[in-house]
Amino acid sequence: MKVTSNQKPVTRKKSKERKAPPLKCEEILCAGFGGQGIMFMGKLLAQAALLERRHVTWMPSYGAEVRGGTAHSMTKISGDYIAGPVISNPSCCVVMNYPSLVKYEGKVRDGGLLIANKTLIDKLPKRKEIKIVNIAMTDIASRLGNVKAANMVALGALVKKTKIVSKASILAALEEVMKNRPELLALNKKAFEKGYKAVHST
Amino acid sequence: MKKKILMCGNDACGEGAVLAGCRFYAGYPITPQNELTSYMSKRMNQTGGVFIQSESELAAINMVFGASVAGARAMTSSSSPGISLKQEGISYLAACELPAVIVNVQRGGPGLGNIAPAQGDYFQATKGGGHGDYNMIVLAPASVEEMMTLTYEAFDLADKYRNPVMILADGLLGQMMEPVSVRSSEFGVRSKKYEKPWALTGCRGRKPNIIRSLLLAEGALEEHNKKLQEKFGRMRKAEVRYEVSNEKDSDIMLVAYGSCARIARAAAEKARSKGIKAALLRPISLWPFPSDILGELSGQVKNFLVVEMSAGQMVEDVRLGVEGRAKVDFYGRMGGGIPTGEEILNKIEALA
Repeated sequence: MKVTSNQKPVTRKKSKERKAPPLKCEEILCAGFGGQGIMFMGKLLAQAALLERRHVTWMPSYGAEVRGGTAHSMTKISGDYIAGPVISNPSCCVVMNYPSLVKYEGKVRDGGLLIANKTLIDKLPKRKEIKIVNIAMTDIASRLGNVKAANMVALGALVKKTKIVSKASILAALEEVMKNRPELLALNKKAFEKGYKAVHST
Repeated sequence: MKKKILMCGNDACGEGAVLAGCRFYAGYPITPQNELTSYMSKRMNQTGGVFIQSESELAAINMVFGASVAGARAMTSSSSPGISLKQEGISYLAACELPAVIVNVQRGGPGLGNIAPAQGDYFQATKGGGHGDYNMIVLAPASVEEMMTLTYEAFDLADKYRNPVMILADGLLGQMMEPVSVRSSEFGVRSKKYEKPWALTGCRGRKPNIIRSLLLAEGALEEHNKKLQEKFGRMRKAEVRYEVSNEKDSDIMLVAYGSCARIARAAAEKARSKGIKAALLRPISLWPFPSDILGELSGQVKNFLVVEMSAGQMVEDVRLGVEGRAKVDFYGRMGGGIPTGEEILNKIEALA
């Protein structure tokens, strides 16, 4: 009889710049409408975590989707084996439009983080037992010349707030996936920096 | 250390096939396996292979039949309703002793169902599906990495036994992305070459090969069936694959395959941290089923808990393996529902 072995957990290298202790399993849900770069945001986060040699899964909302409809992506980052890729209660949630806020505000775990796009969401999130960051992602991105970069503004804020991955890892991941698109790379880096500076680290 | 890249399960499955030397793919689109068809359209073009988006699932499986009969490594893929349409072709492949790899990225059923992950096609995959007395090796990956490695292996197994092999995945494994080790060079070395003197390659200078499944002469079909059964017997002996943890010291043995096994594994670990001696048996080959290890384990483990994304299909094979020596319980979700770790943990705690 043959027994195939599963992949061994890779221990995470300790990085000096990360102050917060590594959490067991970070569950990040990004939501918005189609075209806002929801899938890319999650994938980039996963790519950055991979560079840090951590366990990672990424899962899209898939199937009967329509252009402009709601979309979400789920990214899990852990120092250990990850069971399933599906997230029901995210530790961190990015909502880039109002329908996403309505859908996911209640699902964020107590003590979790909600990052909302002030430009497209008039109403403030109501919950008190979660941390809320409200920034005008789309405004910041359009000032840089491209509204589509709002996702990178969100990611900048997320990385600064949570330190799930280091800034250097995100930038390295960006370089890797956009190596053939130098003009897009520059824009995305700039948008990420703007988001990073828009919030205070906690 | 090997370089790791992020890949979705469907793409990894396609790459496994390409590395194994698959140069013929025919398929018809269906969610949640579309990335695989799309990936093959790109890779077959790059590797000098043939890609056909067929007019139907029936056409796809019969194109694979045609490619296989001519000696090519051929594959088709679909999701549950599409796989039902391919069953006639699979029976013909088995009857004609033709190697082929069929990938089922399962979705919710019955009927057209939905596009969420499910495991409701276990019976269809392992107990025939098509008509007649035939079996095929069914491999169940539980990670994106295994989507690649098991697909790769499936081509060797198909050629070795001249029999179709099925990869039984689900929407979760097809859609999710995970790091995969890039080791194409290693694959290249491992790749086996099987001579195919039976293939229909043109008979100038040799006796014609005849491949058919219609055997009308008296007793001919029974003789053919005996030959097939002897082969299935060899497969049963040699091709059992499974993974088991903490088997020496456990009161509850979870049994789960595919993406369900991932969730069960985490639940078993959680239970252990709470002082319940839980463990996991993960069948990797669903046919042949690892019955012997179940027989062994049932001597020491009091409770088995089978977890599936179905109404309970593999649980029947577990009961056959355990043969009444231990209690076999079941927890399942249907129609695209995915069991959560907490649900499984509750069930474990209720049994402990």
